[in-house]
Amino acid sequence: MSELNANFHGNYEGGFIDLSARKRIESLLDNGSMRELLTPFDRLTSPWLEKQGIVPQFDDGVVIARGKLDNKAVVVAAIEGGFQGGSLGEVGGAKIAGLLELAIEENRKGNPTAAVLMLETGGVRLQEANLGLAAIAEIQSAIVELRQYQPVIAVVTGPVGCFGGMSITAGLCSYLIITREGRLGLNGPQVIEQEAGVEEYDSRDRGLIWGLTGGTQRFASGLVDAFVDDDVSALSTSVRDCLGQGVPALHRSDDISAPLTRLQQFDTREQIDAQRARQALTEGKTA
Amino acid sequence: MNAQMKPISQRGSQWFDGLTASMDSVNAAVPSLRIADGELAGRACRVLLVKPDVENHFPRATRGEVGLLEGYGLAAAIDEAIKTDADNPHKRALIAIVDVPSQAYGRREEALGIHQALAAAVSAYARARQAGHPVIALLVGKAMSGAFLAHGYQANRIFALADSGVQVHAMGKAAAARVTLRTEEELDKLAADIPPMAYDLESYASLGLLESLLEVESAESPSASDLDKVRTVLAEALNDIQPGDTGLERRLNGTNRGASRLVREQLRAQWEA
Repeated sequence: MSELNANFHGNYEGGFIDLSARKRIESLLDNGSMRELLTPFDRLTSPWLEKQGIVPQFDDGVVIARGKLDNKAVVVAAIEGGFQGGSLGEVGGAKIAGLLELAIEENRKGNPTAAVLMLETGGVRLQEANLGLAAIAEIQSAIVELRQYQPVIAVVTGPVGCFGGMSITAGLCSYLIITREGRLGLNGPQVIEQEAGVEEYDSRDRGLIWGLTGGTQRFASGLVDAFVDDDVSALSTSVRDCLGQGVPALHRSDDISAPLTRLQQFDTREQIDAQRARQALTEGKTA
Repeated sequence: MNAQMKPISQRGSQWFDGLTASMDSVNAAVPSLRIADGELAGRACRVLLVKPDVENHFPRATRGEVGLLEGYGLAAAIDEAIKTDADNPHKRALIAIVDVPSQAYGRREEALGIHQALAAAVSAYARARQAGHPVIALLVGKAMSGAFLAHGYQANRIFALADSGVQVHAMGKAAAARVTLRTEEELDKLAADIPPMAYDLESYASLGLLESLLEVESAESPSASDLDKVRTVLAEALNDIQPGDTGLERRLNGTNRGASRLVREQLRAQWEA
């Protein structure tokens, strides 16, 4: 690939899912523009994991950076799905919240700065439970503030997907991009089965789970904005498209009355399937 | 299921009744919400409660869980307050009475995007606070996980009754044990050394997220003096929240939140470097 047409995906080609969090960011940003903050050399590790006999990681499973996308200033955070299931603890959570808070300050100073969040996460890290939950509340607050100035774009590619409190975080973003391999849902299958019983949700029934929460279904239901292949180039193009669209007139999270009416009218007497969910969520919508 | 055998909490309704006795009830979009408008310390306020509704349209949200309708219903009530007060320099306060055992767990909930319903509530609370509405959460019962994120966790100030029935956590103990491959006893043992994992309120208070713990005579069914006391605390908080006080920074001062401060400090130093 020549230097000229490779300005956004550098030396990466092919699949995105297999890339580490750090490489995902590098593959997305304009060539040479990535500056990682709080790198593993800073050794900011979880103060709670070692006490529980779990080996911490020097970046706590979250990589954050400043950089450029089509020469526009952005911050990017990527959660490493491979470390503790992409769970969010105190340090990783504070890295994302702190990064977004600094981006807000830049915007207030008149320096437009957008954000991209790569969410591969099971949600709160239960070994740091309440501090993970608190960090998620702070991340959410920061997104709601930042998105007034510049788009906040979420990317869910898999393999972990985006669950727990962080699925709510995804729902707050200006744009949400997903792949066929990405999943998005509030409660993990095991937890639903534990709380509601196997008849309600069989955590071993992969067809059921993917059919309801997989990327294909979420896109068809209008719960995400873009559906892309697991491909570095396709993803880069999609993120840049979203950035180019600017701040949406109405964020998905602030579209309230139409979804509420659809849910009130939904017939809950029978159990749901993917087809009915699509219908219910898109009823009366114009494409 | 275990959860089905536990009694449904009436705490939220008890406190709502007591604190809003002289206020006007507002029609909520869904039967599992109660909303009242009135005044506290001379300040206009709107009080919001998610309550059990055994007839809930969604069968997995009958016990006070925050589900699809509750998320959008809260959002609608808050959004309306934001719009009504848009040109008013004195924005009404929002007071969330929190007694939520969990988010709703179910197939319909996942399929219909409960995460998006809860995002609507989170967004509404955060937008209200950022627009200058003082937001206060009063924890009178459970404040669990996604339910608490959607109803209470975006507040400027969080108060909790000093009572063992008040609990903040990311996941119920049984499910947490299953997911982390531990027994409930092992979780309790670990929690003794790891304050963020603990289910007791004193450990939670050490994280610095609470404004204060309020001693009351009865958390289940507040006495007249309990109500007076809590009204006074809420009134003081409303007077304390200044117009520019719209962020969550004050939560970072807790004894057991050193890492959250250190990360921000170092990040800021590297940001401009």
